[in-house]
Amino acid sequence: MGTPDAYGVAMTAETATRTAPPPRAGARRRRRFSGGTALGLGSAVLYLSLIVLIPLALVVVRSADEGPGYFWRAVTTPDAWAALTLTIGASAVVALVNLVLGTLIAWVLVRDRFPGKAIVDTLIDLPFALPTIVAGLVLLALYGPESPLGLNLAYSRAGVGLALLFVTLPFVVRTVQPVLIELDRDMEQAAASLGASPFQTFRRIILPNLVPAMLSGTALAFTRAISEFGSTVLISGNLPFKTQVAAVNIFSQIEGDNTTGAAAISTVLLVVALVALLVLDLLQRWGSRRG
Amino acid sequence: MADSAKNNVEHDVEHDVTHDTKHGVARYVLRTTAVAYLFFLLVLPVGLIVWRTFGDGLGPFLEALTSPSALHAFRVTLVVALWAVVLNTVFGVGAALLLVRHDFPGKRLLGAFIDLPMAVSPVVVGLALILLYGRFSPVGGLLESWGLQVIFSTPGMVLATVFVALPLVVRSVVPVLEELGDEQEQAAHTLGASRLQTFLRITLPGIRSALAYGVVLCLARSLGEYGAVAVVSGRLVDQTQTLTLFVEERFQNFDQPAAFAASTALALLAVVTLLLTRLLRPKD
Repeated sequence: MGTPDAYGVAMTAETATRTAPPPRAGARRRRRFSGGTALGLGSAVLYLSLIVLIPLALVVVRSADEGPGYFWRAVTTPDAWAALTLTIGASAVVALVNLVLGTLIAWVLVRDRFPGKAIVDTLIDLPFALPTIVAGLVLLALYGPESPLGLNLAYSRAGVGLALLFVTLPFVVRTVQPVLIELDRDMEQAAASLGASPFQTFRRIILPNLVPAMLSGTALAFTRAISEFGSTVLISGNLPFKTQVAAVNIFSQIEGDNTTGAAAISTVLLVVALVALLVLDLLQRWGSRRG
Repeated sequence: MADSAKNNVEHDVEHDVTHDTKHGVARYVLRTTAVAYLFFLLVLPVGLIVWRTFGDGLGPFLEALTSPSALHAFRVTLVVALWAVVLNTVFGVGAALLLVRHDFPGKRLLGAFIDLPMAVSPVVVGLALILLYGRFSPVGGLLESWGLQVIFSTPGMVLATVFVALPLVVRSVVPVLEELGDEQEQAAHTLGASRLQTFLRITLPGIRSALAYGVVLCLARSLGEYGAVAVVSGRLVDQTQTLTLFVEERFQNFDQPAAFAASTALALLAVVTLLLTRLLRPKD
């Protein structure tokens, strides 16, 4: 969500100062590294370092503490490997489901009209607002052993997937929706008047404009899914080799005082997430170049 | 702009509905799919918990939430969340001003670092904080010799919550600051206003609703954080147990009524958050 803004905002600020023509005003506006800037920047960097950067760096350092051989063994112990492959596989499937259904929901919210649409639109953000442990509990109540629907997904991989679908729902919807709202409908009408079927219009005119946003949302959903912990705790039952996801595996290693092993798996998760975000950044630039 | 686009869409919807029945069937299928998916994924599960909580009336709900452990968990949650919101708000406004109003090398990098917490698993957040502030690390050992225990105590839980909610205020305020521009601030400055006066009289009123939006998001995230807090708190009942930890512990101990009651309370908070953000969301 925030990620694309970071770059966009930074770049517009740069161009704004660069294009300010009068030299005196420009000099004042720039305030190049004044005392205030240095103080502010120093405090921000110190704060970030103490809370985010140094702790995370220590995770990576700790994972390499006992050499690459140990790192590899820690990541490939049968239960850790099973947890990692399950997490990445399930997240990929969940991201793809979001790609299709998220786009569909965004479409319905923008192009359709029906009573209660505003409520449906508000509901989309519920997974962001609801604590993950509560998300897991409510899913377990409906799709667990006491399911009133007679559908028991507890302690199964389907249950893990369900929890991930719940927490990742808003990403694709909320990235595709604004693009769809801004989309110029003249082209669609032109296509239709030239005899294109609704499907052709969608595939040739609408879809190409939506693809960058769809893929960005999918990458965000994937990143969220691989790091998910709270919602899977109750519904998965945390059975090693079957339903234990990577975050839960890390948690049990921390509880067992094996911080080096936990750090190794954490590092793999961090790297996968950063690669996904890097791809997202490239998609964003590709999208803005096209738009 | 947004309004005209909306009118345009609405006009076309009418056009399509009246003139293209085949299109109308497709529309109905899409709408049903979307609504059914949301119903079974969100509405029914949350509704079921609320229904089960209040199935026997309001009495058991209040009773479960006023037990000493529940009340203690409430207090811990509030203390941690308030600290986290205050810290993140101060940092958030400062960092947003820095990113938008100042020019310095490495600005993009700073922006990327601020967004980093979104990509980190809550459990990894907990592990990272233990590695720096735990009893067996140099820093944690030093702090403990000064009498400040971080991990398994409130400061660690505050740090974990600050970490996970870090980008929310910054990212809510940045676009609005960007849009406001700094002409009014410059004018105030020229007329002799001090930096503090300029901030309080010009900048703050301008970003008020965006800031409120960010604070609400941050508060909701802080009240609801589970994973990172589970790792750094040690999950000590009646000591470091927050409301989300209370839900999990009660459920594992087969005390469903208490787990459901606390979940419903948290879900109600989430709904309030949704409505507030709906009101405060910057109009585009």
